[in-house]
Amino acid sequence: MNNIIVLPMIVPIITAIFLVFLRDSIKLQRIISLITMVFVAVVSIVLLQLIQTEGILRLDFSGWAPPFGILFVADSFAVLLVLTASIVTAICLIYAFSTIGPRHERMFFYPFVLLLVAGVNGSFLTGDIFNLFVCFEVMLLASFALIALGGEKFQLREALKYVLINIVASWMFLLALAYLYGTLKTLNMAHISQRVAEVGQEPILTLVSLVFLIVFALKAGLLLFFWLPGSYSVPPTVVQALFAALLTKVGIYALFRTFTLMFPFDPEVTHTLIGIMAGLTIIAGCMGALSGHDVRTIATYNVVIGVGFILLALAIGTEEAMAGAVYYLIHDMIAKALLFLIIGTMVFLTGEIVVKNMSGLIRNYPLFGWLYFIVMCALVGIPPLSGFIGKVLIGQGAVETGSYVLLALGFGSSVIVLYSLLRIFLASFFGETSISEDDKKPIPRGAMVSFMLFALCIVGLGVGAEGIAVYVNDAAYTLVNPSVYVDAILNANE
Amino acid sequence: MESLMIILVGILVAIATYLILSRSVFRVIMGTAILSHAVHLLLLTVGGLKKGDVPIIGQADEAFTDALPQALILTAIVISFAVTAFLLVLAYRMYLTNGTDDFSQLGGKSDE
Repeated sequence: MNNIIVLPMIVPIITAIFLVFLRDSIKLQRIISLITMVFVAVVSIVLLQLIQTEGILRLDFSGWAPPFGILFVADSFAVLLVLTASIVTAICLIYAFSTIGPRHERMFFYPFVLLLVAGVNGSFLTGDIFNLFVCFEVMLLASFALIALGGEKFQLREALKYVLINIVASWMFLLALAYLYGTLKTLNMAHISQRVAEVGQEPILTLVSLVFLIVFALKAGLLLFFWLPGSYSVPPTVVQALFAALLTKVGIYALFRTFTLMFPFDPEVTHTLIGIMAGLTIIAGCMGALSGHDVRTIATYNVVIGVGFILLALAIGTEEAMAGAVYYLIHDMIAKALLFLIIGTMVFLTGEIVVKNMSGLIRNYPLFGWLYFIVMCALVGIPPLSGFIGKVLIGQGAVETGSYVLLALGFGSSVIVLYSLLRIFLASFFGETSISEDDKKPIPRGAMVSFMLFALCIVGLGVGAEGIAVYVNDAAYTLVNPSVYVDAILNANE
Repeated sequence: MESLMIILVGILVAIATYLILSRSVFRVIMGTAILSHAVHLLLLTVGGLKKGDVPIIGQADEAFTDALPQALILTAIVISFAVTAFLLVLAYRMYLTNGTDDFSQLGGKSDE
């Protein structure tokens, strides 16, 4: 009945395999990959409606009842992220059509993007923690290929570091799984949650959860983000945008699941630690964003700040903060993708990456300049754009629990984000133009279309926040009350 | 037997850590491969090295072996095989374009 849950993962995989055989028909590859992503987006909207009427959905593969088999679980939190990921990927593909170039397209760019999305969606939807590891690997292998695609000197150098760090992190993930299986003898997330609740979260279980914290912090860029600025600035623009929008968010999702569903009973240790790590991440990210000279560094450190800000909500842990986190996650995926696309286009137009060397872009490309202004305002959290509601809700949660330090850090970071992005706006967009009318490169129409679509999403999410409130509140309710999730998996009568 | 296995895991992790911390790219890759073996062994050991029947209904009258760790390790071995193969190719291409396999020379400049 609920076979629809598996579609967001299986359809991109099948299409990706299919596209491998269409290597030379680039046009067909473009059309099919875009249709696939739109289809997945539609499927996730249907899923969201189904969850509203029927509660949390699950799909037991081969009919093995939980906790014995592998299963996919669709709750509002997961499906909202699947929906956003699909929309972001679809729009990024439109950007890629006019910019990535036939060299990449013939080297299986579209299949790799689809496999990346399959891994991301699988990670969001799975209800089995070993399956989460497998989906992570699907996503990572696709990302390894995408980051190295092109084979430039600096690209291969950074790709090697990125791959090595992620492989070591993966084996640590497996190590944590081994400990978990050794102590609890189960891998089903709902079952883990139930067993931890039964035996109480003893120190050994807290220790296991801390190993998971290290692993997911590496993937999400929470404090352990030393690999992020280097590797996010070398691949082609559209790949950067996809990475910034999707990869760290999967790590954040895993952290939320681990510490709200599976190990929520020792918040003095785990959630305090997450709060400290998130605070330090914000501070370090702000320092990086302030000290950066080139646009790419500034943009990548903005990713780091975003990660820290979302995880503040996990440390705060009230229902309001969770709702804020869901809003902010959706906003951050869209806004970071747009930011990276715009930054990459700036580099393409001027041939420069240092902020000081660009000037007067807004004279030649007025619409482009104002789109940058919109994404900047959204990232800072100015109403009525998309970042506002998330920031307000997380701030409200912080006030309620009296976490004023986290509140100050979170809102202080908004000022730094504003400063770092405004610096680019003032230096690169205003002033005398350095490009003469004759040398002016046109912005590809496909790129402009994707910017407009992203800007539309940002404005739409800000103005229409009320429209998705019912889904977001459901997601936050499930996060704060893990028993809802556990009951839907283990105690449902079919 | 379990204690012996755990000691072996410890030795493998120590070797892997030593190799991963070295400067040569190839040694680091070997380190990750050995680390993966160590983790697989650990997974097998914490699952319990019980002797028992095959876990098939009707054939196991008494205690049967937990088959799940084997299934997990099989999956993990396939993944580790794939990523190690990818990593070796990537490292070779990196060596050809950058002309060095020493991590201390692969820092990169910020103005590239």
